[in-house]
Amino acid sequence: MTNFRNHLYFLFMGALALIILPYFISSRFYIDVLTLIFFTAYLGQSWNILGGYAGQFSFGGVMFFGTGAYVSSILLTTFGFPPIFGIFLAILGGAFLGLIVGYMSFRSGLRGSYFALITLAFAELLRVLANSVEFTGGGVGLFLTYAPGLSNLQFETPVGFYYFALILMFISIAIVYWLERSRFGAQLVAIRENEDAAEALGINTLKCKIYAIMIMGAMGGAAGTFYAQKYLYLDPPIAYSIHLSVEMLLVTIVGGMGTIFGPLVGAFVLHTVNEIARHFIDTPGLSLIVYGLILIVIIGYLPNGLIGAFKKKEKKSDSTSLDKKTSREDP
Amino acid sequence: MLKVNNVTKRFGGLVAVSSVDLEVNEQEIVSLIGPNGAGKTTLFAMVAGFLKADEGRIDFKNASVLGMKPHQICQLGMVRTFQITQPFAGLTTLQNIMVGAYSNTSDTDLARTKAEEVAEVVGMTSLLNQGADGLTVAGRKRLELARALATDPKLLLLDEVMAGLNPTEIDDIVKVIKGIRDRGITIFLIEHVMKAVMNLSDRTYVLNDGKLIASGTPSSVAENPQVIEAYLGHGAAEAMAEGG
Repeated sequence: MTNFRNHLYFLFMGALALIILPYFISSRFYIDVLTLIFFTAYLGQSWNILGGYAGQFSFGGVMFFGTGAYVSSILLTTFGFPPIFGIFLAILGGAFLGLIVGYMSFRSGLRGSYFALITLAFAELLRVLANSVEFTGGGVGLFLTYAPGLSNLQFETPVGFYYFALILMFISIAIVYWLERSRFGAQLVAIRENEDAAEALGINTLKCKIYAIMIMGAMGGAAGTFYAQKYLYLDPPIAYSIHLSVEMLLVTIVGGMGTIFGPLVGAFVLHTVNEIARHFIDTPGLSLIVYGLILIVIIGYLPNGLIGAFKKKEKKSDSTSLDKKTSREDP
Repeated sequence: MLKVNNVTKRFGGLVAVSSVDLEVNEQEIVSLIGPNGAGKTTLFAMVAGFLKADEGRIDFKNASVLGMKPHQICQLGMVRTFQITQPFAGLTTLQNIMVGAYSNTSDTDLARTKAEEVAEVVGMTSLLNQGADGLTVAGRKRLELARALATDPKLLLLDEVMAGLNPTEIDDIVKVIKGIRDRGITIFLIEHVMKAVMNLSDRTYVLNDGKLIASGTPSSVAENPQVIEAYLGHGAAEAMAEGG
């Protein structure tokens, strides 16, 4: 119990530090980098729920992001529907897309790389569709007007977006925190570890996996609205970019799959490495190579991510936490 | 409690299980024996909903379970274990058992209490915080049993829980199984270890080449010439009769 209190205490202090941080940072650049870190961590967390906890690796996570972005942006540009409400429809849209993709692929028993590929195919399909239909603005894209205000989810200063991203990230951590302590989370982990055994023990594996992808979809939808209101422009290559699909799984894998803070740690490390490499290396392209090398080292030597490497040193973790066990204990 | 009626399963041209009838009554321990490849596990898989029977009826508590998913059958109170143990390897023993316990409650504390209780029944209390991937074979077999037990079943389907265990471990698990029966749970088990079958079961069915060839009390079955031939080959029964 004291362990649990300690845990909450650190969580609370960490959250507080992030909340007051903008008062100590005047550089717009750092605020923007941090905003991006929270945003990526949030998307990583959405991937983590389906990939890290339920063990279903998706390679097209961007489809929920893009769909959410289009939902709220089209509602705004065509009907003048305020994004503060539009974001909820984006969430619904993402969840609904999750339901469709989840039902179709899990129903037919797709697992592992087949599931990964089908999600990639869905994302690509949506990109092509968004390019060819009229209401998305097609290849020209959608331009949103800059009109700061809460109802538009736009802010005059980068600090506003910093808090927007921070809130999203807090919510995602709260969701996973709940997952770790709930029956639903335990069922997802059981599916990850052994689907047949999970089914034999009374778990409706199809339903659980669909719920998981719907949660991921809902979270991705909100991220889409955030992005659209921050950057004010949307076109199919941005909305459905493979790069973002990769990034959300990368931060999670580097940080540690199936852990609460994996995505945040991964996002922080990768963005920092990226920025440092860009800052110190002038030769164009070389920074990317350095970034890639560091990635290879992390993935090659820390198969359980940074959190996993850190955990190995701990003796025994809270036995009811569902964090992926990383150390092999012999009897 | 469980009624299997005229059940057949084909894999292509191979008839794995052919027109099998059997019955398990409440509070019984019934065993299903037979040489390797006789179709025992296939029959179990059909009963538990993992495979679809091509023909016949399977009734549990007087209602058909044909076409139901394994998780639905589990919710009705019939749960299977696996011959090749299927632990949730990345989790601790406690977490493994809790997954079973969650089938009846969504409350984490209740599930934990239930899991600890079940661990005591199967004698795993000291292993609760150990990772399931570090368990011995005997430990894994017990874990299979514990997880199934945690779902509060009416009928337990045990698929070779004693395979690969040494005699002392077998004696231990026989005691555990008897204890489970005394808690009012009906048990239907597949087993190769004859000593345990004799010792445990009220009734035995013998499956060979997908067909039932004998049934009855374990001792009567053991003397049945057809059973001896199935295990030891053609002519074995006569040879044994002559020899002694």
